[in-house]
Amino acid sequence: MKKSHWYNYLWIWSVVYFAMGFFHILFAWLGLISFFLPLIFAVGVGSKGFCNRYCDRGQLLRALGGQKGFSRRKDVPDWMKSKAFRYGFLAFFMAMFANMLCMTYQVYTGAAELRETVTLFWSIPVPWSFAYAGGAEPWAAQFAFGFYSMMLTSAILGILTMLAYKPRSWCVYCPMGTMTQMICRMKAGAKKESNP
Amino acid sequence: MANQSKRHAVVDTMLCVACGACMEVCPRGAITVWKGSYSVVDDALCIGCGLCAKECPASVIRVEDRP
Ligand code: SF4
Ligand code: SF4
Ligand code: SF4
Repeated sequence: MKKSHWYNYLWIWSVVYFAMGFFHILFAWLGLISFFLPLIFAVGVGSKGFCNRYCDRGQLLRALGGQKGFSRRKDVPDWMKSKAFRYGFLAFFMAMFANMLCMTYQVYTGAAELRETVTLFWSIPVPWSFAYAGGAEPWAAQFAFGFYSMMLTSAILGILTMLAYKPRSWCVYCPMGTMTQMICRMKAGAKKESNP
Repeated sequence: MANQSKRHAVVDTMLCVACGACMEVCPRGAITVWKGSYSVVDDALCIGCGLCAKECPASVIRVEDRP
């Protein structure tokens, strides 16, 4: 066993993040950190440094699946690592993200009312009003509910594939991972050649 | 190189997702993720232990006999 690095403990941030969303939904905004950091790494330095080391999600799946041994450690099916699925899932995720921004905007303009629910798998509404007592701008709360829904849904998906396949199998189709790799490949002008 | 191992790790760079899981477990520090695009094995350092292949979530590393 290799010795641990400080960043191996970043999974704690995942736990804290989801726990805070239980007490106050506005904390969900902090999830933007895990949104911008990987992009800064990719666009700024053309590196997957976030995925490679500092992603709390990656570290969580590694800790649960690898160190705790909850993973079956089976190979992911071929379709899951295909470009079609990875880019398709990224496109789907972006569409759902746009939809979420749209809802936020509608609440901002007053065209729609704030919905105090967390939506799992883009379809299952879970009442979540216990974590919001009002006070903020309705659109800011709507964004928080939407963002938390996205984070929680993807975490559940990640944990399910962690159990079924390799610990970090979520990283095969993680939209952030796919997008940052795409950016890095474009920056590197990576030729489509195989290993020499 | 003195004693080179018989086997070494080979990455399918087309399917690599550049997650870095392999790099994390390599006991020789032989793997780097090249420009965030795919992982590259330093052949001179690799001892063919296969830990990276076991860890790779996309299962795109094979341990093969050296040519
Ligand atoms: S692929 Fe996604 S979950 Fe995995 S390390 Fe990268 S950003 Fe984190
Ligand atoms: S086979 Fe072992 S030594 Fe070679 S790159 Fe993989 S983990 Fe490192
Ligand atoms: S673990 Fe597999 S997919 Fe991830 S960087 Fe290494 S070779 Fe690529």
